[in-house]
Amino acid sequence: MAFIDLSKGEVQCKIVYYGPGRGGKTTNLLYIHRAMSEKIRGKMVTIDTKGDRTLFFDFLPLALGKIHNLSIKIQLYTVPGQVMYNATRKLVLKGVDGLVFVADSLKVQKDKNIQSLENLKENLADENIDLKDIPLVMQYNKRDLAEANIPLLSIAEMDADLNSELKVPWFEASALKGRGVFETLREISKRTVKQVSRKLLSK
Amino acid sequence: MDLVMSKEAIAGIVRVFDEHLLRSGADCVLLVDQSGNLIVNRGDPSNLDVVALAALSAANFGATAEIAKLIGEEDFTLLFHKGKKENIHFSRVGKNYLLIILFNKDVSLGLIRLKVSKALPQILPYLGEE
Repeated sequence: MAFIDLSKGEVQCKIVYYGPGRGGKTTNLLYIHRAMSEKIRGKMVTIDTKGDRTLFFDFLPLALGKIHNLSIKIQLYTVPGQVMYNATRKLVLKGVDGLVFVADSLKVQKDKNIQSLENLKENLADENIDLKDIPLVMQYNKRDLAEANIPLLSIAEMDADLNSELKVPWFEASALKGRGVFETLREISKRTVKQVSRKLLSK
Repeated sequence: MDLVMSKEAIAGIVRVFDEHLLRSGADCVLLVDQSGNLIVNRGDPSNLDVVALAALSAANFGATAEIAKLIGEEDFTLLFHKGKKENIHFSRVGKNYLLIILFNKDVSLGLIRLKVSKALPQILPYLGEE
């Protein structure tokens, strides 16, 4: 649920990074946080992380400049990826305006990616949202591991598994090294702001 | 469902905050939605990251609502956290919003609760809720 404040001339949107556990959602946010200037980004909040798993969510606010005299503020959230934390995922999804699905390129994670996308569909359906109606970008993460001779899913296979019906833009990425992180962010921001402003203008 | 707030609506809410809550000794008052967006903040938020506070409060309230369901309640309509110097009071506003009040140890919880109950019905119309 985007929030438009006409007294300050400000739009706030919520973008959620979704995907299977240990796929690199938090790493995406950490990279963005490190690479952005303090003028643009706010404080990153990470709640109660046990080991390298997110238990509740990570949160990073960004100010992305102005469109038509409205300043655009975006809030990035991640969800815990592990199957058992579904209640938390549903909480974080509340009021979502745009989604990034961070898929794990490791061959052994093939089923986990598919399960997580199914889980996303179900959770959105509970909020009466169809995944097809919400801005979405796919990120095929951990591509750098190919260099270490770790068996990865091919892009074609991942696209067939996850994106054959949705046909949304996708990016190859290595969140740890920053490759593809900003491309993903740029695309989802653009799509989210576009959709929010379209809804606003139609009112 | 997006929320669009006009200048007049924001000014109206600020007026209610000033009259009822800040005048009674609250240090800072925030209105946020359940997805964590900060809608209005008023008072002295120095040294306070209000954007993070909004996001965490919405999540906290959501988590508590799940606890409520576990014990057979629909949700809890208010929450109160007590610190050594500073306290925080959360109350639900209509279905989708949350009022957060920070106040120090010199202000009584009873007064804050009384003032919240007076302020709530005046805020709701600005949010399109009754």
